[in-house]
Amino acid sequence: MLWETIIGMEIHAELETKSKIFCSCPTEFGAPPNHHTCPICLGLPGTLPVMNQEVITLAIKAGLALNCEINLYSKMDRKNYFYPDLPKAYQISQYDLPICKDGWIEIDVEGEKKEIRINRIHIEEDAGKLIHLEDEPNSLIDYNRVGVPLIEIVSEADLRSPKEAVAYVKALKAILEYAGISDCRMEQGSLRCDANISVRNHGQKELNSKVEIKNMNSFKELLKAMEKEEKRQLELYQFGEGHKVIQETRRWDSGKGRTIPMRSKEDAHDYRYFPEPDLKPIILQEAMVKEIGDTLPELPHEKTIRFKGDYGLTDKELEILVGDKALATFYEATVAKAGEPKAVANWVLGDLLRLLKEKEIDSYAIPVEPETLGSLIQLVDEGRISGKIAKEVFEEMFYTGKKPLEIIEEKGLKQISGEAELEAIIDKVLASNPQSVEDFRDGKKQALGYLMGQVMKETGGQANPKTAKELLEGKLSS
Amino acid sequence: MTITIDAIKSAIEGGERLTEEIILQFYKRIEEREPEVNGFLTLCRDEALERARSIDQKRKKGEKLGRLAGVPVAIKDNISTDGMKTTCASRMLEDYIPPYDATVIKKLWDEDAIIIGKTNMDEFAMGSSNENSAFKVTSNPWDTKRVPGGSSGGSAAVVAAEMSVMSLGSDTGGSIRQPAAFCGVVGLKPTYGLVSRFGLIAFASSLDQIGPITRTVKDSAISLEVLQGHDPMDSTSYKGEASSYLESLEKGVKGLRMAVPKEFFHTKGLDPEIADSIRASIERYERLGAIVEEVSLPLMEESLAAYYLISSAEASSNLARFDGVRYGYRTKEYEKIEELMEKSRSEAFGKEVKRRIMMGTYALSSGYYDAYYNKAQKLRKIISLQYQEIFKDYDLIISPTTPILPFLKGEKTNDPLEMYLGDIYTININLAELPALSMPCGFSKEGLPIGLQLIGNHYSEATLLRAAHQLEQEIGLKSPIRKEEV
Repeated sequence: MLWETIIGMEIHAELETKSKIFCSCPTEFGAPPNHHTCPICLGLPGTLPVMNQEVITLAIKAGLALNCEINLYSKMDRKNYFYPDLPKAYQISQYDLPICKDGWIEIDVEGEKKEIRINRIHIEEDAGKLIHLEDEPNSLIDYNRVGVPLIEIVSEADLRSPKEAVAYVKALKAILEYAGISDCRMEQGSLRCDANISVRNHGQKELNSKVEIKNMNSFKELLKAMEKEEKRQLELYQFGEGHKVIQETRRWDSGKGRTIPMRSKEDAHDYRYFPEPDLKPIILQEAMVKEIGDTLPELPHEKTIRFKGDYGLTDKELEILVGDKALATFYEATVAKAGEPKAVANWVLGDLLRLLKEKEIDSYAIPVEPETLGSLIQLVDEGRISGKIAKEVFEEMFYTGKKPLEIIEEKGLKQISGEAELEAIIDKVLASNPQSVEDFRDGKKQALGYLMGQVMKETGGQANPKTAKELLEGKLSS
Repeated sequence: MTITIDAIKSAIEGGERLTEEIILQFYKRIEEREPEVNGFLTLCRDEALERARSIDQKRKKGEKLGRLAGVPVAIKDNISTDGMKTTCASRMLEDYIPPYDATVIKKLWDEDAIIIGKTNMDEFAMGSSNENSAFKVTSNPWDTKRVPGGSSGGSAAVVAAEMSVMSLGSDTGGSIRQPAAFCGVVGLKPTYGLVSRFGLIAFASSLDQIGPITRTVKDSAISLEVLQGHDPMDSTSYKGEASSYLESLEKGVKGLRMAVPKEFFHTKGLDPEIADSIRASIERYERLGAIVEEVSLPLMEESLAAYYLISSAEASSNLARFDGVRYGYRTKEYEKIEELMEKSRSEAFGKEVKRRIMMGTYALSSGYYDAYYNKAQKLRKIISLQYQEIFKDYDLIISPTTPILPFLKGEKTNDPLEMYLGDIYTININLAELPALSMPCGFSKEGLPIGLQLIGNHYSEATLLRAAHQLEQEIGLKSPIRKEEV
C-alpha cells in the first residue's frame, strides 16, 4: 500500500520592531527577567493597548513578500484563556479578518520546485515565559517577551514530506530575514514552528486525523520530529490494534527523540474569540500598501538569479549562501573587497562555515570582517602567502579578530620569495638528498614532488611554491 | 449658598481663603457626615492638605492657578490613582495600589484640583444600589435608609452630602446618571471616547465612560472641559477638537427642538410621581421657548438583553486577569496553578460579579456566539440607528433617568432582574455611545429626588449642558444638608 504524508505549518515570527506591540517597552532579547515591562504589557488593571504602527507595516511587508492579498479592512480580536504567562488572560490576536490572506511561496527540494500556498498571516502579541528551576519550589515568570509583536503564518496542507516541511520553513525564514521582517533566530525563539501532520492512503480524498506537533527549535529537530511522527502514525495505521491515531497536540521531546501527548481534542480550549473593543479596526489605503511594497528589498529568489549571473555560483553553493541572509551579505561584502567571487565562495562555504559549525556560532555573529577576509584572499592572490598558510592565518583571524598581516608578522609566516634566500635552501635540500636528485635525472619525475616537499618542510611552508618550483627545476636540469 | 467650583476658585484667587482652610473644612464635614453616608473607601487627608498648601504657595508666588484650583474631588474607586489604593470595592483588589495615574487623574492634578478620597461603588461597577460593594453600603443623603443608586453611588452621595464639590464616576449602563438621579445631583455621561478611559479599570470596554458628578450644571461644564480631550494612550478616544461649554451655557433654549419618546411614559413600573415631574419640566422648557414634540422610540425589552450580553461578555474577558498570579487576592491553600486561579477567583469575587462573568462566558462560547453576542451587536446597531433617526429632526431627547425612586436598602437585592429593569432608560445611551445628563427636576411627596435625563447626539455636550443649565435656573437647587457658608 502506498502512503502519503500531509503536513501544514504554522510559523510564529517575532517582528523586528524596536518597541512592543502595544506599549513602548523594548523588544530586545536577553535582558534580566521582567526588566522590559510596564503597566501596559503587564496588563495592570485600567491599562489599554495602542497599536504600534510599525507592526502593521511589517505585517503588510510580510504579506507582500509572501505573495498574499492584503485585507484593507482587518481587526484585532481577543483570544481568551487562562495561563500564568498571559497577564491579561487573553491574547490580542486576529481571528476572522487577518491582515493578509491567500499567498504562496516556492520551495525547492533536491532540485524539484513546488509551490506551497499560504492560507493567512495574522498579527498577535507574544506571551511571557515560564521558567522551572530544579531547586525552586515555584515556577518563575519572565514577562520580558510579553507583548513582543508576532505574525503567525499559516500554510495550506500542501507539504507532502518532512523534507518539504523543512524546505518550506527554510524558504520562509530566508524571505522574512531578507525583507527585514524578523531576525528569525530559532534558538532565541524569534522563529517558532508548529506542524500539523497526518498520513493517508495514496489516492484517498479525505484527510485522516491530524496531529499537531510543537516545540521544534531547529531545522534538524523539525526534520527528526516530522519523520518520527510520520513513522508513528504509519505504524499505527498498519499494525495498530487497540490504538488509533487521534486528533491531539503532541510535544517534541528532543532529548527522548520522540513526541509526547500534550492534550487531546477534547481538552482543547474554547478561546471565546470576540472583537477587541480597545482597538479600532485596521483600515488601510491601497496607496499605503503600495508604498510599503516599494520598500521591499531584494528577496532570496531575486538574489539567487543575480548571484548566479554575476558570480557564476553553482546551485548547491547558491542554496547554502542565499538561504542564509547573514552569510550572503558577508559573501557579497567580501567579494566587493577582494573580487574573486569563486575564491570567496570557497572560503565562505569552506573554512568559514566549518569553523562556525564547529564553534556553534550563528552566521549573524561571524567574528571575521568581510574586509579582513578580503585582504587575506588578496595576499594569497599576490603570492605573498601560500594557500596553506592562509588557512592557518584564517583560523587565527577567526579566533582573535586580528588582521592577516598582523598574524603573519607575529608568527613569521611571510612567504619566502627572495630568490637568493630560496636558492640557499634548495641547495641545502639537494645536497642532503642525492638519491632523489639521481632518481629525477633518471626520469623518475615524482622525485620532484618529494624534493619540493622537503623545501617546504625546510621553510616551514613559507616558501613561495611557484618560485621555489621554478628554481628547483632549473637546478635539477642544469 | 452652594459651594461651587467658581466660588472656591475665586475665594482662593482673591486671597479671601487659604486652600488649606477650605480643604480642612471639607474634612471636618466628612468627619461629621461620613459615619452616616459611608461614601468613601479611602481618604487621603495628609496628601490633600499638602497639596492644598502647595497651591497656596503657588498663589503667593503669583503663579497662575489651574481651572480647578483648590477644588476637592472624590474619585470612584475604579479609577487608578498612583500610590493610592484602587479596589473596585472588591476583595480581589482590597490591597491593590496602582503604580500609575489614570489620564483623568493627571488632568485633575494639572488643574490644581485636590483629590480627597476614593468612593464606594458596586463591585467592579456592577450594580445599581452600591449594595454589591464588598466593603460597605453607602446611604442616600436624602434618606439614609435608602440606597444612593449605583454603581457610582459613593461618588453621587458624597457630592450630595457636600463632602466634595465634584466627583468622578464611570457609566457603563447608567452608573453615573442613576445615582445622580437618586441623590439629586448632576451626573454627566459624555459621548463614548470624549474622556479617556486610560486607567479606568474596565467593566465593559465598549460602553464604559468616565464623567463628572457635581451639584450644578455649570460645575459639570467646567469639569468636562478639564476631563475631555484626545489621549494617545486610549485608541478609542476622540481625535476631534475639544469644545468649550461655559460660553454657550447662558444662550437659552429658545428654538431648541426637543423630542419626548411617548413609549418612555408607558413603561411598566414607571413611578407616576416621576412621570409627573418630568412632564412639569417639559412644560417649563416649552415656556422657555423650546419646541417639544412627542416622537416614537420603542423601548425594546430586547435592548436590555443586548446590553447585558455585551457588557457581561466584555466583563468576562476584562476580569479574567484577576487570577491571583500577579497581584490582588490569592487563596491560601493550593497545589497547582489551576487550583490557585480557581480558588482565588471563587473566594474574592462577589455574587453579582460571578453572575456576570458566567453569563458573559456563556455568551461567547463556541456555538453560542452567533445566537447571543453577535445578535446583541446587531441589535446595538439598530438601536443606534433609531436614535440617529430622531437626531435628524431634534437636538435633544427628554426622558426620566430611572423609572423608580431611591429604594430601601435590601429591598431589591434578591431580584437581579428587577434591579436590571431600573436601567431601562439609561442603557440604550451607552449602546448608542451618546452623551446624556441626569439632573434633579423635582421631589417626590416623601422628599426624594427625581432625575430628568437629557440625551444628545454624539459630541453635542454643549447643547446638553446649555439646556440643563436653563432648566436648573428655573428650578433652583435644593440640598439635603442645612446650609453653611464657605
